[in-house]
Amino acid sequence: MKSASNTSDPMTINNPLADQELPNVSGAESIILSLLAEGVSQVFGYPGGAIMPTYDALMDYEDQLEHIMVRHEQGAVHAAQGYARASGKVGVCLATSGLGATNLITGIADAYLDSTPLVCITGQVFAQLLGTDAFQEIDILDISTPVTKWNIKVTQASEIPAAIAKAFYIAKSGRPGPVLIDITKNAQIDCMAFDYHPCYQLNSYQPTPQPDELALVQAARLINVAKKPLVLFGQGLILGAAEQEFLAFAERCGAPLAATILGLSALPTNHPQYVGMLGMHGNYAPNTLTNECDVLIAVGMRFDDRVTSNLDFYAKQAKVIHFDIDPSEINKNVAVDVAVLGDVKHTLPAVTKQLDANKHPQWLAKFHQLHAIEQHKIIAKDLEPKTDTINMAEVIKCLNQQDDNCLIVTDVGQHQMVACRYAKFSQSRSLITSGGLGTMGFCLPAAIGAKFARPDRQVVGIVGDGGVQMTIQELGVLMQHQLPVKIIILNNQFLGMVRQWQELYFDKRYASTELSNPNFGLIADGYGINNAKVSSRAHLADAVHTMLSHPGAFVLEVMVAQQDNVFPIITPGASVADMCLGTNTAGTSDDNSED
Amino acid sequence: MTKNYTFTIYSNDQTGILNRISAVFSRAGLNIEALSVCESTHSGLFRHNVQVSCDAQTGFRVSQQLERQIEVIKADFYHQDEIIQQELALYKIASKSMLEQTLAEQIIHRHHARVLSMNSEFTVIEKIGKRAESQALFDDLSTVGVLEFVRSGPVSISKLMTTESLQEDMPVFKQHATCESENGQTVETSS
Ligand SMILES: Cc1ncc(C[n+]2csc(CCOP(=O)(O)OP(=O)(O)O)c2C)c(N)n1
Repeated sequence: MKSASNTSDPMTINNPLADQELPNVSGAESIILSLLAEGVSQVFGYPGGAIMPTYDALMDYEDQLEHIMVRHEQGAVHAAQGYARASGKVGVCLATSGLGATNLITGIADAYLDSTPLVCITGQVFAQLLGTDAFQEIDILDISTPVTKWNIKVTQASEIPAAIAKAFYIAKSGRPGPVLIDITKNAQIDCMAFDYHPCYQLNSYQPTPQPDELALVQAARLINVAKKPLVLFGQGLILGAAEQEFLAFAERCGAPLAATILGLSALPTNHPQYVGMLGMHGNYAPNTLTNECDVLIAVGMRFDDRVTSNLDFYAKQAKVIHFDIDPSEINKNVAVDVAVLGDVKHTLPAVTKQLDANKHPQWLAKFHQLHAIEQHKIIAKDLEPKTDTINMAEVIKCLNQQDDNCLIVTDVGQHQMVACRYAKFSQSRSLITSGGLGTMGFCLPAAIGAKFARPDRQVVGIVGDGGVQMTIQELGVLMQHQLPVKIIILNNQFLGMVRQWQELYFDKRYASTELSNPNFGLIADGYGINNAKVSSRAHLADAVHTMLSHPGAFVLEVMVAQQDNVFPIITPGASVADMCLGTNTAGTSDDNSED
Repeated sequence: MTKNYTFTIYSNDQTGILNRISAVFSRAGLNIEALSVCESTHSGLFRHNVQVSCDAQTGFRVSQQLERQIEVIKADFYHQDEIIQQELALYKIASKSMLEQTLAEQIIHRHHARVLSMNSEFTVIEKIGKRAESQALFDDLSTVGVLEFVRSGPVSISKLMTTESLQEDMPVFKQHATCESENGQTVETSS
């Protein structure tokens, strides 16, 4: 694979001292040269009429820019997301006009909600056909507007490099996000003098707000006087590469530390101050004690409603400090007392400098007490079940035991919540999951993208029997590229998460959630991918071992309990402090059931 | 409490920007009651004036979401007390009702309106004022018959002693004009 810095060709083109004339190239070739100038070495995509000139140009650069052909455009955008989230670089995908572009939309929306830097390039019909309902003409600019950080239509070859330069700058700076460039076919075909100038600044865009000195002082002062501080950290730490800065901050202030789902792996799970995951299916202690802390310190997270539950009962007693790079997040959901705007990589150390070294043993002990309750009522049963059937949690535990450093990519549903609850992480960027949108079908293509970005890491996808069927065609990419991605299908023969809600909140009326599944092993066989199926606990560890040690791709299907539920749960509409610890109390806010 | 608010949004001149701006309002469930777009005192930068009814909290959140748009430089919002507003109304009436009756003339005079254009068939009358005033003129003219009537919607200017200086809100002016590129070269950026 090419290294990201292999941009020599376009850079020499760019060098004003090179006394050559600017090369005359087609718009399509300028797209490729621009991508190379941005350090791109891999793109995910699918060809079609309006993007054909670009694919044609790509063929001449195969040795520098690898194209990974997916089996559906949704796969391309999820793969680009997985690539971006595993590497921290911008993910790039290509699609044709109309249908190709609309097939990208789900993934673009997913990337928008999860702040993933993507550049999506779509072909468009000839400029003179725009607005005529031409074959495969769809106004993708309009469709993508609400789910892109920025988008642009390019109708002339000469405009391509500047549009791409701007797109990369916007996608990766500030709070990252997906951008879309729609390029008409004539712009790809026509010739232009190629000259690339990376973009570093725009008149209308301040990616990183300047921190306010006073806010830094106020934040430090509040943290210093806090008796029961609680830190909530999110993906902002990972996006800002501020894991070390956070660690220094956290250890100085001594507060308990809780993660949002997208913040997972920013801090090693075994850190003594780590108290678990927030949210609807998060851990009992951090959710409950959110309503007991005196200072709530939110770092690079956005108070999503899955974290806060009912805002009317959320941390009303606490002073709130919010560190974020995006001013529009401040006071959006939760009123804050101190807003520390800026890049956490800079604001955290600036606050840490002013902090007294503190420890809060009694306050931390309270988390441990509540954790012991969760351990007794839920975790022990999840991890050490007395049932005949395997359950999801013990599969995750088994994986942790055999490899405590894999990069886990999940799909959406019960298995996702279980994976996030039980997976252990020792390095950052070890969990990729669809948080804000919750897109089933994300896992397989995102795992593919993650493996292309990080061939050095063991990439393991955890997926449900429902979700895997949404993008199962991407097994073709594993086959074609001999990509050693491991996929664990946790097969409960149900759309488990929806079934759980039906059980708890819809009188056990299981409308359209029971699945008639295909033989997954035969499907894997069809793609020439090694596979195995386990149904008994006695064979689980061996099967996981076989999967992890196999040099190629592997699909492991694990038959799990059909009608298990994920607990604890915060009933929709309830307060964070009212977590239900078991079936008997689900649906009420009373959680004093013993078993 | 729901009140009338006027947003003043400065943006670059980019295709689709109006869609992006209006999408922020529609996502918040707000109907745009009046909209006007013009070039601002900075050539190349556009000023969108948008009037909606909402509560202060929603107004604040919408302004944050507007500023989040890459091509938007700044989004201010004002309560009606903080702005001066005016709107333009045009009325088309048959010229024969002007010629045959003095009533129409009297109405125009009484309302401080003026004749903008006249030919043998029709006359166009112009009225600048508040909504209630242009409505009153319409009601009176209806007695002689109005063929067509159009109102611009209010345009507004703030009562604050501010200029349209956007310098502070534009990073190009704010930061010094050079910055480090990834490969360590110093790059000139144009402003
Ligand atoms: C594309 C999409 N459609 C529908 C849903 C709603 N949904 C959320 S979880 C879920 C069930 C997932 O079932 P499965 O993949 O078998 O995983 P499990 O919950 O059983 O672990 C569904 C249908 C979704 N999140 N995404």
